[in-house]
Amino acid sequence: MDFATVLQVLDSTVRLATPLLLACLAGLFSERSGIFDIGLEGKMLAAAFLSAAVAAVTGSVWWGLLAGIGASMFLSVIHGLASITFRGNQLISGVAINFLAAGLTVVIAQDWFDQGGRTPSLGGDARFGPITLPLADTLRDVPVFGPIYHDLISGHTLLVYFALAMVPLTWWLLYRTRFGLRLRAVGENPAAVDTAGVSVIGLRFAAVAICGVLCGIAGAYLATALQAGFVKDMTAGRGYIALAALIFAKWRPWYALSATLLFGFLQAVALRYQNIDLGGFVVPVQFMDALPYILTVIILAGFVGKAIPPRAGGEPYVKER
Amino acid sequence: MTIFQKFLGATAALALSAGAALADPALIFDLGGKFDKSFNEAAFNGAERWAKETGGTYLDIEMQSEAQREQALRRFAEAGANPIITTGFAMADPVAEVAPDYPEITFVNIDGFLAEIPDNVLMIAFEEHQGSYLVGILAAMASKTGTVGFVGGMDVPLIRHFACGYAQGAKSVNPDIKIVANMTGTTPAAWNDPVKGGELAKAQYSQGADVIYAAAGGTGVGVLQAAADEGIYSIGVDSNQNHLHPGSVLTSMLKRVDVAVYDVLKSGADTQTGQMRLGLAEEGVGYAVDDNNAALITDEMKAAAEDAKAKIIAGELNVVSYYENDSCPALSF
Repeated sequence: MDFATVLQVLDSTVRLATPLLLACLAGLFSERSGIFDIGLEGKMLAAAFLSAAVAAVTGSVWWGLLAGIGASMFLSVIHGLASITFRGNQLISGVAINFLAAGLTVVIAQDWFDQGGRTPSLGGDARFGPITLPLADTLRDVPVFGPIYHDLISGHTLLVYFALAMVPLTWWLLYRTRFGLRLRAVGENPAAVDTAGVSVIGLRFAAVAICGVLCGIAGAYLATALQAGFVKDMTAGRGYIALAALIFAKWRPWYALSATLLFGFLQAVALRYQNIDLGGFVVPVQFMDALPYILTVIILAGFVGKAIPPRAGGEPYVKER
Repeated sequence: MTIFQKFLGATAALALSAGAALADPALIFDLGGKFDKSFNEAAFNGAERWAKETGGTYLDIEMQSEAQREQALRRFAEAGANPIITTGFAMADPVAEVAPDYPEITFVNIDGFLAEIPDNVLMIAFEEHQGSYLVGILAAMASKTGTVGFVGGMDVPLIRHFACGYAQGAKSVNPDIKIVANMTGTTPAAWNDPVKGGELAKAQYSQGADVIYAAAGGTGVGVLQAAADEGIYSIGVDSNQNHLHPGSVLTSMLKRVDVAVYDVLKSGADTQTGQMRLGLAEEGVGYAVDDNNAALITDEMKAAAEDAKAKIIAGELNVVSYYENDSCPALSF
């Protein structure tokens, strides 16, 4: 395996990890505030559809991105209403959102475009193009660093850099601001936050809204950057892998980055080398595909440290009984 | 009008509509979906052509999960649809299960294999390896790097059958050619994951492939897109996909599912049952040349493909089928 191959696999890793990272951070905000969100998948799917549809109609990817965020926000608000305002079961609401998105996207796409639940192919300004970072071409011939900078760091779409920038931003927001402290507190002990005179409901809605924005960007990335259009079920379980990554990351932003990069790397390796031959012992591709889930189960079983969810997670807050 | 009379009227209307539906044929699309721009869409196009020409109507349903197969078959059979056409190899076993219960109805399956075919079942098989052989020749001649790629959908013998013909065709032009073959997955979801398809195509491109053949249903859309993004050639499958990215799609391996569906619908309930094989000689498979790719196929390439086609039809050239001994002489999986 030469240096260029390693770079290509890592490049693929970054592309595959980006939607996972965005969805994982989205889930992190929501779950840190005590709202479990199993509907990441559905929100990404709805965002992927609407961003592709609007980008196809207007010819502008920015309108597409906004529409994608809007679609995801809409589902987030439904989740918020059901689980915060009406104190419903958060898991059921999330599952409902997944089903809603899986069905509605195809039906609406069929009604609008008559292409069997897909949107027209996007091109030109209706898609996020790769960005060449400054000096990428001049530095290309510098040994070792040149190819890394040119092939791996440069040449991704804007949303990839945004996703990476969100990691320190999330950390700063959660651990260095008043809002972050309250957000974490509301996920651990909402009664204490309430006693301090801060609105539990307001905080949780804010967290769910941030979750909606990030899921929207993740969906738009799938449909307008990675691919050129929406097809049914195009998220293909990435929302669930993001949930697994969230548990793997123990609900922490930097760990989320490494967990999603690890899962992305596993996928990239599985795509590049279908069956890995370890000298007489062949690792089948199915095993590589299943590895993210296997790792999560191992984590949950407590083999690699303990993953403790936010204490008030999944519980609707009742002020007085 | 008394309630009783209303009731009678409704019953009569119901009986009439049931009678009208009796003769309608039915079409069951597989998990890839009716508009996969590929296999199922070809079946849909054939049915639409029949409907337009004869003014007939047909019932159809798209499978959403594995569990629906037998249920959908029984629903259509109970409704009196005849014949019932199913697409995809996965429908073969449900058809074998249901068909004996409705001996008066003709069941048709495209792509499937049954060791024992019930009396009222028609199994249509295509000689995909022959068509794939021809596009393999075209791919090898169009390739400048000496590496060609193949992206399959779900890892099943049928798709290996495609890959095997393709590899033999490519090797007939250049015995040293490198063939990078990948499958998208091992579950039916692999027919509809364009993101993964695109990523596979990019991985093959970085391994040097400059012509990539996608036999992957809806996943192929992502493969073709990625090939167009990277500025290399791709080869479509089943339907003519040349128009998707003109100038980038080298050709499409045609599998005339539309013709098969059209013919079955035309003969209606009198369809001959048993096993039907459609190959190059029957025009069941082939490669597509139209305005979108005419500039990409040189005269030399066309001559080579036509020459191989004539030889296969005449029996002078034998393209080894993957089914013969579950292995491929030109490619290991």
